[in-house]
Amino acid sequence: MNDILEGLVSAFWLVVTFDTDLMQISLRSLQVSLSALVIASVIALPLGTFLAIRRFRYRRLTISLLNALMGLPPVVVGLIVYILLSRSGPFGVLGLLFTPTAMIIAQVIIITPLIASITHQAMRELWAEYHDLLISLNTSGWQRIKTLIWDGRRNLLTASLAGFGRAIGEVGAIMIVGGNIDNATRVLTTAIALETGKGDFALALALGFVLIALAIGINISIHWLSRTEREGRW
Amino acid sequence: MMTRIATLLTTVLLGTAAMAEDIKLAVTTSFENSGLADVLLPAIKEDLDLDVQLLVVGTGQALRLGQAGDVDAILVHSRTAEEKFVAEGHGTYRREIMYNDFVFIGPKEDPAGVAKAGSAAEALKRIGVVKPAFVSRGDDSGTHKKEIALWRAADLAPDTFGDWYREVGAGMGASLNTAAGLDAYVLADRASWLNFGNKADLDLLYAGDAALFNQYAFLAVNPEKHAHVRNDLAVQLEDWLTSPRAAELINGYTINGETLFIFNAKPE
Repeated sequence: MNDILEGLVSAFWLVVTFDTDLMQISLRSLQVSLSALVIASVIALPLGTFLAIRRFRYRRLTISLLNALMGLPPVVVGLIVYILLSRSGPFGVLGLLFTPTAMIIAQVIIITPLIASITHQAMRELWAEYHDLLISLNTSGWQRIKTLIWDGRRNLLTASLAGFGRAIGEVGAIMIVGGNIDNATRVLTTAIALETGKGDFALALALGFVLIALAIGINISIHWLSRTEREGRW
Repeated sequence: MMTRIATLLTTVLLGTAAMAEDIKLAVTTSFENSGLADVLLPAIKEDLDLDVQLLVVGTGQALRLGQAGDVDAILVHSRTAEEKFVAEGHGTYRREIMYNDFVFIGPKEDPAGVAKAGSAAEALKRIGVVKPAFVSRGDDSGTHKKEIALWRAADLAPDTFGDWYREVGAGMGASLNTAAGLDAYVLADRASWLNFGNKADLDLLYAGDAALFNQYAFLAVNPEKHAHVRNDLAVQLEDWLTSPRAAELINGYTINGETLFIFNAKPE
């Protein structure tokens, strides 16, 4: 109990004194996870929608696979990305290992199936409503996807935010591919793991509270920017 | 809506700054936990204008990183593994830099009577008889290898031990946390122990046997195997680490008035 209180107090001081290390680490966390979120959304939102409206041979299999991949263990993703990007691996020449780019790649792999699955669920219901209208208007496949994405944007926001939550709180994969290098690839979660290892629970907890606050802040500001949950709008 | 989100994203994403010369150095958790890096790295930056990027891993993984060419140099403490690394051609030679020592940590009540032991081997024999909870790193790190070697020297085989011998497969800090939780014995390097914040009911029980000395060595990754490694920077760093300036900083580093590392690099 005492540790938690101490953690809260030191979190407070770290934030009010604008601790430069903390700022840098937090910004890097945001940079990595938001980049991963944007890339994953660009892939997953159209993919999920496509799966909802198109009937093709292996659709059921694709959807089951996607659902299963939601539970992809981050350490395994980290290990695979590590082996691929290692100097002795197939993409070694790019020299990407232990850079923020490697961390973004790992997180994209982790969150894309999650976002695509939630998108697919939401879009399936919307498609049931829009089906007759869009068919009778003789729209092309791409037009249908665009319409659904636009009209279902609130649900998609939830899908993306779920992905963001998984990305920013993830430690297993980015620890392996990023290496937790001070001033280069250290982010909030890996810093927390490091401080716990040193037995400095107060600082670890403080960083944890900052991470939680950051996640809440991003969620609120995205809702605010996109004006959801306001009076007069659905 | 979209434009606003886009503006927000671009401001956040354009955060990557250009960096000066940097070198990737794989080091062991015990070195990082000692806090010595916080003294040496700023001095290296000042003298050589070199950013040393530390990858903190166990000795086993550090050697793997060197083999794969994912780092430019390594600083580890496991002589046999280092010599194998050089023999296989992954590095050209090993250069000894400094040493510190391992200590036996355990519950203050000391049920096994380790504090009264006359040597490291005797301390372990006492533990082998009483069978109190004992936490082993179990991660193929330098400390883990040392622990195995010490058990062997005491004529005991860890793989025949029962439930009381817990292999946690974690770094030094995490292992100390586990030991604190279990009130168990554990072998740690002195630096990690002194810097460790969650000591609970644990105490330093035995130290001082020459068998417990822990030699750190620097190995540059062989540039003939990996053309991309910055061997020039690794050589610069090695020269610095073996210089009188490094000697002064390493010997002068203390925690609670205790000297942690003893510089012993020989001039070439």
